[in-house]
Amino acid sequence: MPETLRRIVIENSDEISKKWLEEITERRKKDYTSTISEDLFQSTNREFVNVIFSSINRQQDTEVLNDFSERLIHLGWPLSYITDGLQIFRRVTIDYILSQSEQVDTEHFSRILRVVDDWVEPIINQLVNEYSGSWEHTVSLQRMALQELSAPLIPVMDNITIMPLIGTIDTERAKLIMENLLDGVIKNNAEVVLIDITGVPVVDTMVAHHIIQAAEAVRLIGATCILVGIRPEIAQTIVNLGIDLSKFPTKSSLRKGFIKALEMTNRDIIKPEEEKAEEVTNILDSLK
Amino acid sequence: MSQSCVTINQEWDIVAARHMGREKSKELNIGTVDQARIATAISELARNIYLYTESGTICFEAIEDPHHYKKGLKIIAKDEGPGIKDISKVMEDGFSTSGGLGAGLPGVKRLMDSFDIISEEGKGTEVIAVKWSR
Ligand SMILES: Nc1ncnc2c1ncn2[C@@H]1O[C@H](COP(=O)(O)OP(=O)(O)OP(=O)(O)O)[C@@H](O)[C@H]1O
Ligand SMILES: [Mg+2]
Repeated sequence: MPETLRRIVIENSDEISKKWLEEITERRKKDYTSTISEDLFQSTNREFVNVIFSSINRQQDTEVLNDFSERLIHLGWPLSYITDGLQIFRRVTIDYILSQSEQVDTEHFSRILRVVDDWVEPIINQLVNEYSGSWEHTVSLQRMALQELSAPLIPVMDNITIMPLIGTIDTERAKLIMENLLDGVIKNNAEVVLIDITGVPVVDTMVAHHIIQAAEAVRLIGATCILVGIRPEIAQTIVNLGIDLSKFPTKSSLRKGFIKALEMTNRDIIKPEEEKAEEVTNILDSLK
Repeated sequence: MSQSCVTINQEWDIVAARHMGREKSKELNIGTVDQARIATAISELARNIYLYTESGTICFEAIEDPHHYKKGLKIIAKDEGPGIKDISKVMEDGFSTSGGLGAGLPGVKRLMDSFDIISEEGKGTEVIAVKWSR
């Protein structure tokens, strides 16, 4: 920044800051930061304006900026606060310099514009980069978390395993379902796997196709797949699509599927005989 | 007549299109079973765009029959992809060039109340389907 302009800005930093604070406070009334307390808002504003001024002196010092943006991101301040704030700052500064200049020809004007832009733009860029970097980081973490949730296997008892599916199934997830299913069947030594689609909002041809393939693969390694949780409206759309699910057992609810799975593994739900129940109560009573 | 559209570029846009379709169906008081049919039909049309073309759009329009007896939802799936050479072939159950079930397009026809497909090789494809509220 040319010396003369720099001097004007630095010497009048109080005045410029004051104008800026007025404008940003005015702006606040109609928008986003209304949930933030007045104290925090004002102290953040003062810090923001200091950060901007400190970068006019030390062009390359990014540490102060990083610190500041990290804190804002952590507190969940909207990015628009930063971009609006800097736009306002740019305008206020340009106005101020112009008001202090004697000559106001176009050349002088465009020089001021350029100089202020050179000063403010790197700050905008850096802060925006910090923000988007943090978003990308969050998105990738959530992706990982989602992936862990996407095809879970629950070995409920010897030979019976359940895979509850909740949410939309895309191609990536469909592949995971197949892999986890086969891994799980082998690891848990399952004879029956129940795939529960109660929580799957739409069963289209792609989803159906992947389920059919998964069931077929499970069959090839010697186990049986039962598709459960077929809601009535899903049953109707499957029929409309003309998809044939007759190659493996299907049940409307997990409960019914589980009973079927017990049957298939030669088990049954038995109600304890009353005598036995009484016996147990007696034993429990005697322990009191 | 106002249209709302979703552009299909990536796989998750299919979900966005389905969401919009559901919202529109709810506004028209379409029942849950028909909502599921509509969502599935949108899924098929959007996935075909995603699979077979660069990009396209799924648009929705609330319509009324000429006698104002009933309201309906019109779905317009449009792309400028490779087009379809033999329409009667792709409307057969089980025809697929991608190793799929080949149930998508004939399925959409059965899921919806009306179904039209226009396609020109090298120009693109347009599917217009309507579901009336009952
Ligand atoms: N928008 C499109 N542009 C070009 N070709 C298309 C388009 N939509 C469908 N097709 C062609 O029509 C064929 C049949 O489509 P259809 O949706 O019925 O079955 P599919 O996509 O192959 O399998 P799925 O049962 O999973 O939908 C496709 O394999 C593809 O060759
Ligand atoms: Mg298809």
